[in-house]
Amino acid sequence: MSGFLTLVVVLGLIAAGGWLFRLIGQKATNNKPFFRDMSYAVAFGYVLAAAVLVFAIWYYFQPVANEQGVANAGVIFFRWAVQGLIFFAILAWLFRLLGRTVGTAWSKKQFRSMPLTAAFGILMILVYAFLAIFAGVLAPYGQEEIFQQVNALPGGNAATGGNPDHLLGTDQIGRDLLSRLIYGAQNTVGIAFATTLLAFFLGGSLGFLAATMRGWFDQFLSRGVDVLMAIPSLIFALLLMTIAQVWAPRTGIPLTVFMVVIIAVIDSTRVFRLARAVGMNIVVMDYIEAAKLRGEGLSYLIFKEILPNATAPLLAEFGLRFCFVFLTIASLSFLGVGIQPPLADWGTMVRDLAQFINFAAFSPLTAALPLMAAGAIALLTVAVNFVVDWMLHRSSGLKE
Amino acid sequence: MSETTTSESEFLVEMRDVHIEGRSDEVWNPIINGVDLTLKRGEVLGLIGESGAGKSTMGLAAMGFCRDGVRIASGSVHFDGIDLLTASAETKRHLLGKRIAYVAQSAAASFNPAHKLIDQHTEAPVQHGVADKSESEVDGIELYRRLRLPNPDEIGFRYPHQVSGGQLQRAMTAMAMSCRPDLIIFDEPTTALDVTTQIEVLASIRDIVEQFNTAAIYITHDLAVVAQMADRIKVLLKGDEVEEADTRTMLSNPQEDYTKSLWAVREFQRPTKPAPPSDATPVISVQNVTAAYGKIDVLHDVSFDIHEGRTVAVVGESGSGKSTAARCITGLLPPRMGQIELDGEPLPPDYRKRNKEQLRQVQMIYQMADTALNPRKTIGEIVGRPVQFYMGLTGRKRRDRVAELLEEIELPAGQYIDRLPSELSGGQKQRIGIARALAAEPKFIICDEVTSALDQLVAEGILRLLAKLQDELKLSYMFITHDLATVKSIADEVVVMKDGEVVEQGPKLEMFKPPHHAYTDLLLSSVPEMDPDWLSNLLAERGVENIGDAAVEKMD
Repeated sequence: MSGFLTLVVVLGLIAAGGWLFRLIGQKATNNKPFFRDMSYAVAFGYVLAAAVLVFAIWYYFQPVANEQGVANAGVIFFRWAVQGLIFFAILAWLFRLLGRTVGTAWSKKQFRSMPLTAAFGILMILVYAFLAIFAGVLAPYGQEEIFQQVNALPGGNAATGGNPDHLLGTDQIGRDLLSRLIYGAQNTVGIAFATTLLAFFLGGSLGFLAATMRGWFDQFLSRGVDVLMAIPSLIFALLLMTIAQVWAPRTGIPLTVFMVVIIAVIDSTRVFRLARAVGMNIVVMDYIEAAKLRGEGLSYLIFKEILPNATAPLLAEFGLRFCFVFLTIASLSFLGVGIQPPLADWGTMVRDLAQFINFAAFSPLTAALPLMAAGAIALLTVAVNFVVDWMLHRSSGLKE
Repeated sequence: MSETTTSESEFLVEMRDVHIEGRSDEVWNPIINGVDLTLKRGEVLGLIGESGAGKSTMGLAAMGFCRDGVRIASGSVHFDGIDLLTASAETKRHLLGKRIAYVAQSAAASFNPAHKLIDQHTEAPVQHGVADKSESEVDGIELYRRLRLPNPDEIGFRYPHQVSGGQLQRAMTAMAMSCRPDLIIFDEPTTALDVTTQIEVLASIRDIVEQFNTAAIYITHDLAVVAQMADRIKVLLKGDEVEEADTRTMLSNPQEDYTKSLWAVREFQRPTKPAPPSDATPVISVQNVTAAYGKIDVLHDVSFDIHEGRTVAVVGESGSGKSTAARCITGLLPPRMGQIELDGEPLPPDYRKRNKEQLRQVQMIYQMADTALNPRKTIGEIVGRPVQFYMGLTGRKRRDRVAELLEEIELPAGQYIDRLPSELSGGQKQRIGIARALAAEPKFIICDEVTSALDQLVAEGILRLLAKLQDELKLSYMFITHDLATVKSIADEVVVMKDGEVVEQGPKLEMFKPPHHAYTDLLLSSVPEMDPDWLSNLLAERGVENIGDAAVEKMD
């Protein structure tokens, strides 16, 4: 039976199953409102979800290798993913439980109303921050140290090509990957954080200023921002970085500083737009008018009256912007113009180890090498987004 | 329960012992504590109470509906024998819109701005299979005619933003009527409208409800309005029923103290002050001011004086230029011609060019206390800032002065000084607005519709406070309002404005005595009175063509 036919038959079965599920539910519960008012689409969704779950469980228990002893990479990676998911869920749940019992009344209340995803996000951010700050203490070796054995596999099992000294293996020139991963947190996350802060300082203050002053000043800034935004940001950053590569040695300023400034300026245009839009809504409020009529100066208006009311959207944007900056740095590094070796950086690590992904069918452990750095990027991005989602949800005042 | 179909039951709506709860801060708080409500066919029930009394919640519950985060905890709601609380979504879909309709407070916010009125009108009849689209359009135009909308043949083909507020409210009533429902719930349908517009909407709603013998629940906080509309009145207070009686009994002979206090609200009246000496320098003198937004003049040659310790009420409908006059005085809108004098000295037209002393003397209290107080600052900071800014007081002295000001507005300082505005009620917020103005120790305060967003009992408290402060501190007020009842209770002099011009001005007593300018007369006659026959009498006396906007148009 061809794959297409199988799909049609399965979908047909699920469609019939949805109808049956609702009917049986109605009969069994004597028309409880939950089943009575259930639309067919919802019933279909339930059955589809159940079918996917059954398939996932079946797939999870497939053998990891076939009769010839060839590894079944799909099953292995799927198992890792499921185990990781369960592990992180339990971790997040425990962390939330801890937050609910320890801390001030305010923080306890926050943790009580927190979804599991947000708890996971906060935990991950804390872990990353901890790793980044204490990288020098935590990493077993220095980020530039080179060892004898190159391309050692992760796992630390000498029988499968690993080395007990290097838990996550080594790269092509023999640097310890665990150490580089930890230092990467410091470099990539630290630089991204500094860049985002700079972008917010620039974009935020100019945006509020434009909203308060209006007139030609606003026009000038806004049109300037339009021009900057019209150029695709990654290409623009690449272009400027190429120029900076020439300037950096001449001026003696590290290239990283140029990169921070360039990305911050490009990203501050987005922040400017948000700050201006939020600021415009606040500026028309009567309390701003009252402050103006009192004779207050511009800095009081911006920092004491407008800023406190704009923190919620700005904070949410900060989280998102941080992810984008972080990804931009990683992609610039991947393209070779970002953070320069020998500094460890996740984007560069993905590029350097990328070809190992081809070995997935023979040795899943080898293929896991580039995935670790990519996973570190993905995990932080997901974590920050979970937290931002939660904050947005809270500031929008939605219930349920 | 749902099997007991008693379609012969004498009640169309029967709600018994309804308890409703709302969720906040992780607990369910009671909103309605066991209220009964019954409604016969063709009957109009008025639900009145202050904000937070649970009127709207009760009205929505009559449709078997709750807002998000609210639940009907116990009790029963029957509509024509159908139990709405256990009815299936399917059953409710057939009832709502077809047999039960809802008219919201703000028609402007309730219409979809992307569709023409008639398209929104025909949606319900077509959906429910009552009529097809062309029949429903014809019927819609007929309803517009009955509701006396101008150009009934064309108005439906406009978009909501092309139609005025009062007309939208009537179009919404027509929409509710489109399926000829048995029950309509009106949730404060005229609260956002001017008096002259309100009267038109009231007349047409009453008319159409009578013509089709529709039952209605009319929710409002305005007693005079409910007296015109309802057959019976039910008074709610904080989720409890206070009393219920038919309209005439309720008006003439209220039983409970709370109801009596509601009825007595409009009796606050200040003693008339002697006229100021003719040679006195006015605190604020507006002289031949003409002002424009862009190139369009919105104020034409406006002049009036405000003397020490006196209140000048500026009256007019929305768009008449009352608030623009205030913006000229504060300097937010520099006038194109004319000038404004403070104590005989001309003020610079732009507020940026005024010095601190001049800014201090002119303070403002806003209509919406919600937007007038920074939600992220505590009361102590809000009131303390002008104290620090103008008087230069800091630390201990500043805190003492704030406490003193809070005592003056009758809020205990210890309890309120560290609260945020969101932790105060509407009336308390307005008091903080007053305290902030007082903190500058001004001579002159502009009160821009300060009571129109408040319940009547609370509003009266604010008026009494303003009167007391005026007597103690010799303040002068410019009192912008569209509510003539407020004018009657607090003003010394009245300025009537229309289309950016002063139509009439003079001492209060003269203004409330005939002969009036035609426009003043219309304003005065449009204020609903606590007499159930007032609207009928007025209509009989003047005819439908001579009330509301129709009459204003005739004047031009």
